[in-house]
Amino acid sequence: MTDILMPALSPTMEEGTLSKWHIKAGDEISAGQVIAEIETDKATMEVEAVDEGVVEAILIEAGTEGVKVNTPIARLAGGASAPAPVKSAENTGGETAAQEGGEKTAVVASAVAPQVKPQSDPEFPEGTPMVKITVRDALRDAMAEEMRRDDRVFLMGEEVAQYQGAYKVSRGLLEEFGDRRVIDTPITEMGFAGIGSGAAMAGLKPIIEFMTFNFAMQAIDHILNSSAKTLYMSGGQIKSSIVFRGPNGAAARVAAQHSQDYSAWYANVPGLKVIAPYDAADAKGLLKAAIRDPNPIVFLEHEMMYGNEFEIPDVEDFVLPIGKAKIQKEGKDVTIVAHSRMVGFALKAAEKLAEEGIDAEVVNLRTLRPLDTDTVVASVKKTNRLVTVEEGWGPCGIGAEVAARVTAEAFDDLDAPPARVHQEDVPMPYAANLEALTVPSVEKIIAAVKQVSYK
Amino acid sequence: MARAAKATDTGTTGSAKRNVSKDELLKYYREMVLIRRFEERAGQLYGMGLIGGFCHLYIGQEAVAVGMEAASIDGDQVITGYRDHGHMLAAGMDPKAVMAELTGRIGGSSKGKGGSMHMFDIETGFFGGHGIVGAQVSLGTGLAFADWYRNNGNVSFTYFGDGAANQGQVYESFNMAKLWNLPVVYVIENNEYAMGTALARASATTNLSQRGASFGIPGETVDGMDVFAVKEAAERAAEYARSGKGPYILEMKTYRYRGHSMSDPAKYRSKEEVDEVKTTRDPIDHIKTMLEQAGVEEAEIKAIDNEIKAIVMEAVEFAQTSPEPDPSELYTDVYLEA
Repeated sequence: MTDILMPALSPTMEEGTLSKWHIKAGDEISAGQVIAEIETDKATMEVEAVDEGVVEAILIEAGTEGVKVNTPIARLAGGASAPAPVKSAENTGGETAAQEGGEKTAVVASAVAPQVKPQSDPEFPEGTPMVKITVRDALRDAMAEEMRRDDRVFLMGEEVAQYQGAYKVSRGLLEEFGDRRVIDTPITEMGFAGIGSGAAMAGLKPIIEFMTFNFAMQAIDHILNSSAKTLYMSGGQIKSSIVFRGPNGAAARVAAQHSQDYSAWYANVPGLKVIAPYDAADAKGLLKAAIRDPNPIVFLEHEMMYGNEFEIPDVEDFVLPIGKAKIQKEGKDVTIVAHSRMVGFALKAAEKLAEEGIDAEVVNLRTLRPLDTDTVVASVKKTNRLVTVEEGWGPCGIGAEVAARVTAEAFDDLDAPPARVHQEDVPMPYAANLEALTVPSVEKIIAAVKQVSYK
Repeated sequence: MARAAKATDTGTTGSAKRNVSKDELLKYYREMVLIRRFEERAGQLYGMGLIGGFCHLYIGQEAVAVGMEAASIDGDQVITGYRDHGHMLAAGMDPKAVMAELTGRIGGSSKGKGGSMHMFDIETGFFGGHGIVGAQVSLGTGLAFADWYRNNGNVSFTYFGDGAANQGQVYESFNMAKLWNLPVVYVIENNEYAMGTALARASATTNLSQRGASFGIPGETVDGMDVFAVKEAAERAAEYARSGKGPYILEMKTYRYRGHSMSDPAKYRSKEEVDEVKTTRDPIDHIKTMLEQAGVEEAEIKAIDNEIKAIVMEAVEFAQTSPEPDPSELYTDVYLEA
């Protein structure tokens, strides 16, 4: 004996009208056969039999309104028994579950987010030889070293091979590694980001270069939906060890569509790690770490930093830890938190402020996700003042996040409300004077520092 | 209105006379019936509130996944969109793990974190289960890229529907797949409706097998309701891709009996149209007729039916008794340890 139950058309449906029967007592029915029609104010649907057997009785007459979901509506003689809802009250799926506020929230609260403690920055003994290198070559060396180390690593993107990179970052790689591992793509960001994501699912370690992150907007679905979420959605089965890299932020005089800082966009997404190097050491050490990392990484470079030269330790296999900020300059009066090119602006501001007797500490975030809250908070506990600097827009930005964490963890240590320096809340203008007004500047940082210092 | 597949281009296949062994017939019958009975139960569990969110059933399209699987070898990959239960069962995934994923339980293939549209099984080479229409085409091309990179002789079977066939990234993928001659078989499951939109209302050209023509990708239209036509086309396509000639397109003319998802009353097509397909083109009826013609006893067929019913009931039982994921699972599988 098997009961046929009133089905739901949607997770939120609680009752409906049993409008029509296509069967009667005594009929023999088979699985898949349409046996009835039900309707709600939104929809009408046919009910198919799942079991086979002879109809013993119709329990609810056609035309009955307000039939509750899961009410037996007919009975079959013989056949396998229908699955009974096991504790159905707790198992309502989809929208219904989301509405069960209280209890679910309590459950969530008992699950504790793991605290990831990053390793500390490697220390180099006094006397370690240093070598001067541009950010551009540091990035190239990082890729070349990792490609020599691991055959699964390959570079794909527009103009990365024969042209040697739109910004010459991949210079020499085609010659050394050949066209199997250094691959020019058509201008087709969504397509090659998807191909890279698929290759990563299959266990390769792609480096996907975007000519700029502005063009990655065409591919952001694969960065988020196909890469960041895959490990979770697959219950840990499918990994995505992939690096999406390229210049991010404002270049000079290229206007709105080619000048945007996406730091906050990607740093918002669980499953991604987001890195924004400042100097050559950051670029080399963090890109090598990113390529080795088993997770999807967004690596935000800066076009206006590529040609800048810095000293880096001349050691074999220079790798920096992901998730660890660096105190770029120590100070005691105010903490300036910045990333990417803005670290250089913050350092210049600190120099000028020193002339006025203000000793600023500059924190180079290096990694935006996971954010090194400990280093920032420790600095603010020392200086009691916070200024954040970023090239992106202010609302929901990196500075907003840093300020929120500092106020949550060091509220009593703050002597002034944090101040944020960021791009003005407009698309990037082309005109030179307007562009200069829009982006953060050393002067704006100095003004913000004075504001939080009440000077 | 008759909806038999038409021979429009290279090597279109129908139900020509074939020399098929009884064992092969029974194998495909069993696999297709498993999918149908599984999906009927999934529909029932949805109706009972045990499955939430979106749930897209594969009923009517069984011959495609089962016939394609027959051409795959160890190491080949399969990837598809959100109507994925049938492909998973055809790939050999445990029905219990599939059903428990639908009910959001720890015993599900993704520990209950993926749901109907996001299931994976690395063991059987099943790479999802993707909820963004068209994304799986680029990803499947990437799986083929990995096969090409490793030169391993494997092929990526990349499925998408007639709706996804209009997505831009499909053509970006076609272009690169042919440019680099990647070993990918694109399987377009043309079930005639993209949600509620009939093919001709959304597509300027409706012969989807020729969508790769401007890239030099060969394609053929196949009767997707005939498991043997599917299998033969699959073997041709896989052989082509495996031999280094590059991508191949198979347009499967098929039909979904149920709505797009569970809450779709399917008012955009007539009951007569659906009934016509069910009574004249049903893939399981088709093979059942072949079994009868081959002299297979009714009792033997019935025994398979009962066996499948038991497998599905076991999956249903497991999907209800497997616990929900422990709250500690909330924060697992977000990142891998470096």
